Amino acid sequence: MSSTVNAAPERGTEAPVRPKPRRITELLLLLVALAIGVGANILVDPERAQADPRHIIMSGTVLGVGALLVHVVLWIRARYADPYLLPLAVALNGLGLAMIHRIDLSTNQSAANTQVVWTGVAMLACCVVLWLLKDHRRLRNVTYIMLLLSAVLLLLPMIPGLGVEINGARLWISVAGRTFQPGEIAKITLAIFFAGYLSTNRDLILLAGRKIGPVRLPRFRDIAPMLAAWAIAIGVLVLQKDMGTAIMFFGLFLAMVYLATGRLGWIVLGVLLMAVGGFAASRMFSHVALRLDAWLDAFNPDVYNRSPGGSAQIVQGLFGLASGGLFGQGLGQGRPDLVSYSNSDMIITAFGEELGLIGLGAILVMFLLFATRGLRAALGTRDAFGKLLAAGLSSLMVLQLLVVIGGVTRLLPLTGLTTPFMSAGGSSLLSNWIIVAILLAISHSARRPVVTGPATDEDLATFERRRRAREERRDNERTRTDGTDAAPGREPATEPTPSLSRTTSVSHDAAASPGPGEAASATEVISRITHRSSGSAGHGATRASRSDRAGGDAAASSGERGASGGNAHDQEGGTR
Amino acid sequence: MSELTVTLLRYGFLALLWIFIAAVVFSQARDLTVGGKARAAVRGGREKLRDARAREPRQEAPQNPRPAAPTTGGARTRAQQLVVVDGPLAGRSFQLGSAPVMLGRSAEATIPLEDDYASGRHARLFAQGSKWFLEDLGSTNGTYLQDQRLARATVVDPDVRFRVGRTVMELRP
Repeated sequence: MSSTVNAAPERGTEAPVRPKPRRITELLLLLVALAIGVGANILVDPERAQADPRHIIMSGTVLGVGALLVHVVLWIRARYADPYLLPLAVALNGLGLAMIHRIDLSTNQSAANTQVVWTGVAMLACCVVLWLLKDHRRLRNVTYIMLLLSAVLLLLPMIPGLGVEINGARLWISVAGRTFQPGEIAKITLAIFFAGYLSTNRDLILLAGRKIGPVRLPRFRDIAPMLAAWAIAIGVLVLQKDMGTAIMFFGLFLAMVYLATGRLGWIVLGVLLMAVGGFAASRMFSHVALRLDAWLDAFNPDVYNRSPGGSAQIVQGLFGLASGGLFGQGLGQGRPDLVSYSNSDMIITAFGEELGLIGLGAILVMFLLFATRGLRAALGTRDAFGKLLAAGLSSLMVLQLLVVIGGVTRLLPLTGLTTPFMSAGGSSLLSNWIIVAILLAISHSARRPVVTGPATDEDLATFERRRRAREERRDNERTRTDGTDAAPGREPATEPTPSLSRTTSVSHDAAASPGPGEAASATEVISRITHRSSGSAGHGATRASRSDRAGGDAAASSGERGASGGNAHDQEGGTR
Repeated sequence: MSELTVTLLRYGFLALLWIFIAAVVFSQARDLTVGGKARAAVRGGREKLRDARAREPRQEAPQNPRPAAPTTGGARTRAQQLVVVDGPLAGRSFQLGSAPVMLGRSAEATIPLEDDYASGRHARLFAQGSKWFLEDLGSTNGTYLQDQRLARATVVDPDVRFRVGRTVMELRP
């Protein structure tokens, strides 16, 4: 953490290179991604595609229109967002649609149509989140609401009548005949809670507390809300009998604590706890014991043929991967339908069979690139909350992939989790597209141009003028004087000066209505001030006035203090 | 469709996947570096030589060619010291960098004042160009600059006294 905080000022002192919006790059990559998705959909059965192209046209249209819609929203609301996240997500989603369609063809299901509908819904949700979430820091204000929301979401399936039990796990709710998995949304809300809580209390957790040997234990009251969140997630999931999701939440918890504190001890402790918990669970719950058995002894005929908890699924998946070889059987040429749940949990083996190691490698690299873009956004953004949230969501996706792909390749016990963007399942798709939206919003604030260098008098005059204009307007509203009379007097006050044309034009648009737009521009200005002041901090000037802190800590905390002070400034400006 | 076309399409699709990845990787090549390191890498050996001398103070001048801004002299002319003139901490002085400084009674303040008349988060000093600005953070007893209560962030010139609670301070160059 501290190294990234230190890294930010370096950019400030370098020449002011304007970041480019790079939306054109995104558009070009989107076209390639769409070509991959539609091409895969055609290749699964070219003859059928010629005879009856309805499904292909429909899925291609939904994917294309949805992607373009997100693209346009980005152009309007978040011009500096990362240009790679969206094409990668679209490519993965398109590949998933094609594979589900392909499995439908040999099993006579209609999962692909549902998936296309969900793709559209999820992309719309992505647009809505992007549109509403102009500044991701607002999520920090609802930290504890997010904790409550996570608890409610996780408990929803336990409500009799609403919850549905499928395959022994009670993870779904049934609304209007459709099933939905609220736990998928809960992973986002929990990540937001962890990020908000840890970004506020990181120093307390790190520095306050008793020291036992080389380890400093945090005080209980500092860590209690975290433990509560963890207990809710794990407790509910043990009750609902879903190991995969429990592992994912526990991993998220560990990853976020590690990201916030940088103490490897937490990871070691967590892995030990997980091992102990896994061992205990295998003794207490029969289904866990069966899973472990099917993992360790998969090729034993007794285990293979066992009716509940047999290893047939894993072994068939492995055979599929083996028959794929290096180049794969070709799309539509293999038999992935032999594996049960080949379009959701086991979709990775279906890809391995039809695209081979090279194709599956490509898919994994796409996921890797997606995660690196998320981490890049975390590195670039200047607030601790954004850093934690972006890094947490990226690591969440990586963890989920590890559990799924580790499971199907017999590296880990197989637990039912969806492959992000690919598996059939609406809730998973929805939550992953919301994650895309949040990452895009954070990357926008990370890459947004920040004016560096000392403030000129012109800048200060603009601040002053804008503040005065706001004051004036507020007075006008209070006294209810004639609006037309005040308008011409107010208009030149918000006239943008050349040096600040961008930021002021934002406020100029919003000047008519004192709404969120103005608040956003105010925070932008403040972030410029704090960035500028911390920008010269790394420049060799003496920084902390208290000398009793280590260098890295002082830099990190002074940066954060600057940010919080900036918020205070902002609020004060607002009250006037 | 002939066998040849099918095979070509099969390998073509795998190629397309990797072309997409290559496009993503190559177009982000510069973006992956944090901060100004990309340009540092381009400048190569010359930059390394400079880095070796980076600690030297005269590095400041060529690195920061910004005398063009006439109104701001930059960090060098800004006041460097905060001296407590009166109050519980009288006589103490604090070195200022360029990071904002929070004054107040709470332990999280940059300079914790042991002053019962100060609020927990009382006021904030922040640097901008060559000037320090003082800003009240909604304190109970107010912040006074030359016996005038602050209503908004105001420039504090060196040797001008300001009061936070009962503590009187001034900036020194």
